[in-house]
Amino acid sequence: MNIRTIKLTGLALCMGLFFTQCVDDDDNGNVIEQATCNDGIQNGDEEGIDCGGNCPPCFDGLDFSGTYVQEDIAGRPGVNTVFSGTDMVKNNYNISAVSDRAAFQPVFQNTLEAYHDIYGQALEQEIDYETNILGWDAATFTTVLAQFDALQVAPNGPTTYYDGTNILTGRNLSDDVIDISLTLMFGGTSGARFDGNNGTPQLTSDGVGPGDRNFTLPFPYLESPLSL
Amino acid sequence: MKKNKFYVLFGGIGLILGSIFLIASDHIDSPAVAGNTVDIADFYAFEGSDPNNTVFVATMQGPLIPGAVTENAIFSEDVMVEFNIDNTGDFVEDLVIQAIRRDSIMYFFGPSVVAAENAGLQSQVYVDDFAGQVEVSKVDETLTASGNGMTFFAGPRRDAFFFDFNQYNQVVSGAVAPVGFLPAGEASDFFVNLNVMAVVVEVPNSLLGDAPPHVAGTVGVNGLPNAYNVWVTTKRKQ
Repeated sequence: MNIRTIKLTGLALCMGLFFTQCVDDDDNGNVIEQATCNDGIQNGDEEGIDCGGNCPPCFDGLDFSGTYVQEDIAGRPGVNTVFSGTDMVKNNYNISAVSDRAAFQPVFQNTLEAYHDIYGQALEQEIDYETNILGWDAATFTTVLAQFDALQVAPNGPTTYYDGTNILTGRNLSDDVIDISLTLMFGGTSGARFDGNNGTPQLTSDGVGPGDRNFTLPFPYLESPLSL
Repeated sequence: MKKNKFYVLFGGIGLILGSIFLIASDHIDSPAVAGNTVDIADFYAFEGSDPNNTVFVATMQGPLIPGAVTENAIFSEDVMVEFNIDNTGDFVEDLVIQAIRRDSIMYFFGPSVVAAENAGLQSQVYVDDFAGQVEVSKVDETLTASGNGMTFFAGPRRDAFFFDFNQYNQVVSGAVAPVGFLPAGEASDFFVNLNVMAVVVEVPNSLLGDAPPHVAGTVGVNGLPNAYNVWVTTKRKQ
């Protein structure tokens, strides 16, 4: 081994040491993080393979183009199902905008009265909708249902669909929205007009509650799906 | 009986017969969406475990029976789930939060400001407002993720909705008039052992703007707290 060879070898060793040190340093810097955005594995703070975190958003390369057209809509529970009446009206309701529902109000009012007529006929007496516990006559109630069909959710304060005192500050998983809706439809001014007592029909409660469901879970709040 | 009353009665029975076998609350609520991946079952909006947040829950495709039907249920890549927030009180959406699946991932966008001319029945994905993503959970998973201050979930869940649906059909058809619903103990919850597909987003209220006066004040119910008007839509790619 001559001097020249020794010098070159020494230089190569030094260079190698230098480069090795460069790589070690970059483990804590930006250079290596950018490099991992092309390494084909999910690492660092990536949310997917080479995307998310400090890498480009993960949807790069995915196609989200195009126009999406409304096919279903839901605000308050049960409105379309209970008040639209016919299949045609139900379909039309689902492809309508919330702010464009004036035409549905008279349909809803007819349906509300028709439900009462069924029981009037069975009891052989005239039965009409009676102003409900919120003080809404049939026209006002069905206007609220048809034209303001959204959940009202209050950002400041607890949520309830109706808890006997507070009302319409959102909808909890545990809220008995059916009993509340039935009471508003059939309960009259007292809330107990047709509650099954004193020979009246039971139209203000369907008789079921949440059963064994657990509504105290952390996010996502819903229970895991049931299995066989 | 007045003539118009007779008409309402007679027409009403026809209307009501038409609603037999259709399920509340929004489950398979119209023939056009029943059994379809756009079909919304229920919509919930409530204060989060962090009171500074609001939680939006859309349940879909219900009822799903446990087992293979639930395991095989998927979110369509052609269907966008859109949470709409009106924070001005005109029942036109001012903000939307969008969710749409690609492969095994649900992608979330927003809250996006909706210009007046873009509100309503047609939407595009606000790709510039990408907020985050979460892997769609399988039946034995609860996968969550965060982005833009929000928290996300997508996957199968137990249906939270409770209702004696079978008796309801009897009630509205008149078959059980004048008795009506059954007493507690005899009534039966149709949904107690069923599942749905769910999309859940928890959003800091600071991202939703100030809430408008509660709409109930316009119809004589005063004193309610300011409240956003919110709803969920499903929209299919054309």
